[in-house]
Amino acid sequence: MANKIVSKASLSDDVFIAEVEAPLIARARKPGQFVIISKNNEYGERIPLTIADADPQKGTIRLIWQRVGKTTAELADMHEGEEIASVVGPLGRPTHIENFGTVVCVGGGIGNAPLLPIARALKEAGNKIITIIGARTKALLILEDEFARISDELIVTTDDGSYGRKALVTEPLKEVCRRDPKPDQAFAIGPAIMMKFCCEVTREFAVPTLVSLNTIMVDGTGMCGGCRIEFDGKPKFVCVDGPEFDGHKVNFDLMMKRLNAYKQQEQRAHEQYKKHRCKIGLDE
Amino acid sequence: MCQGATETEDMGDNVTEELVDVTDEAERKLLEELLAKQEQGNLKPKDRYEIPPQDIPEQDPVERRGNVNEVALGYTELQARLEAMRCLQCKTAPCVKGCPVRIRIRGFVAAIGGGDFREALHIIKENSLLPAVCGRVCPQEVQCQLTCTVGLKFKDPTKAVSIGRLERFVADLDRDSESVPDVAPPTGMKVAVIGSGPGGIVAAADTRRAGHEVTIFEAFHKTGGVMVYGIPEFRLPKAIVQKEIDVLAEMGVKIVCNFVVGKTRTIEQLMTEDGFDAVYVGVGAGLPRFMGIEGESLVGVYSANEYLTRANLMKAYDFGKGADTPIALSKRVAVVGGGNVAMDSARTAVRLGAEKVYLIYRRTEKEMPARVEEVHHAKQEGVEFHILQSPKRILGNEDCLVTGIECLKYQLGEPDESGRRRPIPIEGSEFRIEVDTVIIAIGNIANPLIRQTTPGLDFNKWGNIIVDEKCKTSLEGVYAGGDIVLGAATVILAMGQGRIAAAAMNEYLAAKATRRS
Repeated sequence: MANKIVSKASLSDDVFIAEVEAPLIARARKPGQFVIISKNNEYGERIPLTIADADPQKGTIRLIWQRVGKTTAELADMHEGEEIASVVGPLGRPTHIENFGTVVCVGGGIGNAPLLPIARALKEAGNKIITIIGARTKALLILEDEFARISDELIVTTDDGSYGRKALVTEPLKEVCRRDPKPDQAFAIGPAIMMKFCCEVTREFAVPTLVSLNTIMVDGTGMCGGCRIEFDGKPKFVCVDGPEFDGHKVNFDLMMKRLNAYKQQEQRAHEQYKKHRCKIGLDE
Repeated sequence: MCQGATETEDMGDNVTEELVDVTDEAERKLLEELLAKQEQGNLKPKDRYEIPPQDIPEQDPVERRGNVNEVALGYTELQARLEAMRCLQCKTAPCVKGCPVRIRIRGFVAAIGGGDFREALHIIKENSLLPAVCGRVCPQEVQCQLTCTVGLKFKDPTKAVSIGRLERFVADLDRDSESVPDVAPPTGMKVAVIGSGPGGIVAAADTRRAGHEVTIFEAFHKTGGVMVYGIPEFRLPKAIVQKEIDVLAEMGVKIVCNFVVGKTRTIEQLMTEDGFDAVYVGVGAGLPRFMGIEGESLVGVYSANEYLTRANLMKAYDFGKGADTPIALSKRVAVVGGGNVAMDSARTAVRLGAEKVYLIYRRTEKEMPARVEEVHHAKQEGVEFHILQSPKRILGNEDCLVTGIECLKYQLGEPDESGRRRPIPIEGSEFRIEVDTVIIAIGNIANPLIRQTTPGLDFNKWGNIIVDEKCKTSLEGVYAGGDIVLGAATVILAMGQGRIAAAAMNEYLAAKATRRS
């Protein structure tokens, strides 16, 4: 259970990828599942990260994360050969994979990471895959080549037009939904706001849509309930009932507020860490 | 047992020197007189009744609002011996019948009275492996102390012999000593213990003592289960739990953290692929129960599990001073519920700096499942009790932040199936309390992880594992105990089941070994 970082690289300015030794998780994991990691067993916080991929033979899992707070920043500063204090999983329910027919897979920003193994599994199950991936700007776009390999059709967008089509992912999604026949199933994974608007588009066309949620968690096994969302008016736990849900029934507005519950504290911690790494010379 | 002296001195630091001298002197004299009478064979029950019940020194209520240190400081040697002398040594020992693990209470209390603390601890350890824990968190007032003759004589259960405090006293003396139980020669059998809470610790110790190779699997990054994530430091210091884990490690029990059975490996995989011959499932309670009222997912609404886990296990009280896990910076907190977990949450909120903490409970204080001592401590620390009230909805602003809680007033009707009088809402009695945080502490429902991943294991309609009187489940070689079997239980009940299961497992494994050879 050493959780050694076997390799690490950056995919863009703030997005990182690492292969981590975790043989049991690598063997047990299925698309859609996640791990909870902690940098420090005494004082660290526990954060959920999607398992982007795994190699059961090598006994490694692939993690992709964006530097948004202290723990993700610390993780970004780790080197090959170092060990992550805690990696626990695979958690959550795996994606339900079947041959739906035509599936439109929409990924935004870091959401491309969890989307890729799902899209791949859907492809292997015989689905026709239309992929729409987007990012704010070209430098933040990740995994384009990987998606190109498994997609029957790939549409790339950037908010600022620096690459691909200048649009939000909802625009091509709407076009795809208008086609005849319309897609049989949609998957949308990305920032909460993106998933919310994707769901509004697909609801209009009655295309069933699964979203994968990444809420604040502590234990990840159902014990704390901190990850709960309002689903069809009732509370559901993302860690044990999800992370995937019928997006048309998720109260995204409330979820976004809950995601920001500790924003000020998190920013303060991140600022402190940035100052600290500056002092110890990690920043040139 | 020479640590006794140091323990007494430490206590002295918390009290004014002069006071210690005076009290000490009087106590010493009283004890000497009692012992002399006992020696001459004319110590009468009347003499024992006249010994004043010994209060346990406590941290000052105002001071302790600002720290997470333990509240009850423990008896001095003199206090412990005087308290023990209050015991009438009843032949029928009604106290023992009230103890879930049948500790020979009369014997250990007599040993304390006589000053033989080592013997006292030895007697306790025949039946209980975690006396330092149970002495602190057992609900003695509804167990051993409920039926104590001394309490009955005074018609006041709080005047019963303080068995729990005495248990704690001898257990604490032993804390620094090395008492690692003997382990039988290897049997070649492998035992998996799932969960490192009180039941798991006992099951692991007892099966390891029989010579089996034992591995504990813990889902969290730290061992101890509810004793480290749930029960706060001020009631049960983590170091005490860690000591028990250290003993297990010294006995050769393997401890694997960050391992979620049902996810990382299933029970079936442990038994068929990883070679475990028997499994003890002690995974604890599971999912927090919510009320199903409007506003329960607002920002600032916590389950007690989450609130306590952030504060205890993740040390959120040190956020910004090392700890990375944040918690709400609450000013006004409402805690819903009347159990120990509700008291723990309310008292934690006080320590995290809340100015007002309300405890909302729909029955009266008499029906509260919390220990009397916890209720007393909570009140001392300024928690305001709102009884015969229950939330109707939680109110929030446009940012989904909690702004208040709307409650209904209740009155008590006829007793319900739990034997407690049923609370009935009073129509039109709605009123609001302004709060920024709400903590729901109304219990748990069974965690579904094991059920979802263990075909063949039988569960009841509430999702709890069904076991027989030996804690054996419907699957061969699989035993279970604690909250996952009992629903909501206590540390001592979980411990008791861990012990019963371990005995059954040892029997099962011995038979299996015979068959194998």
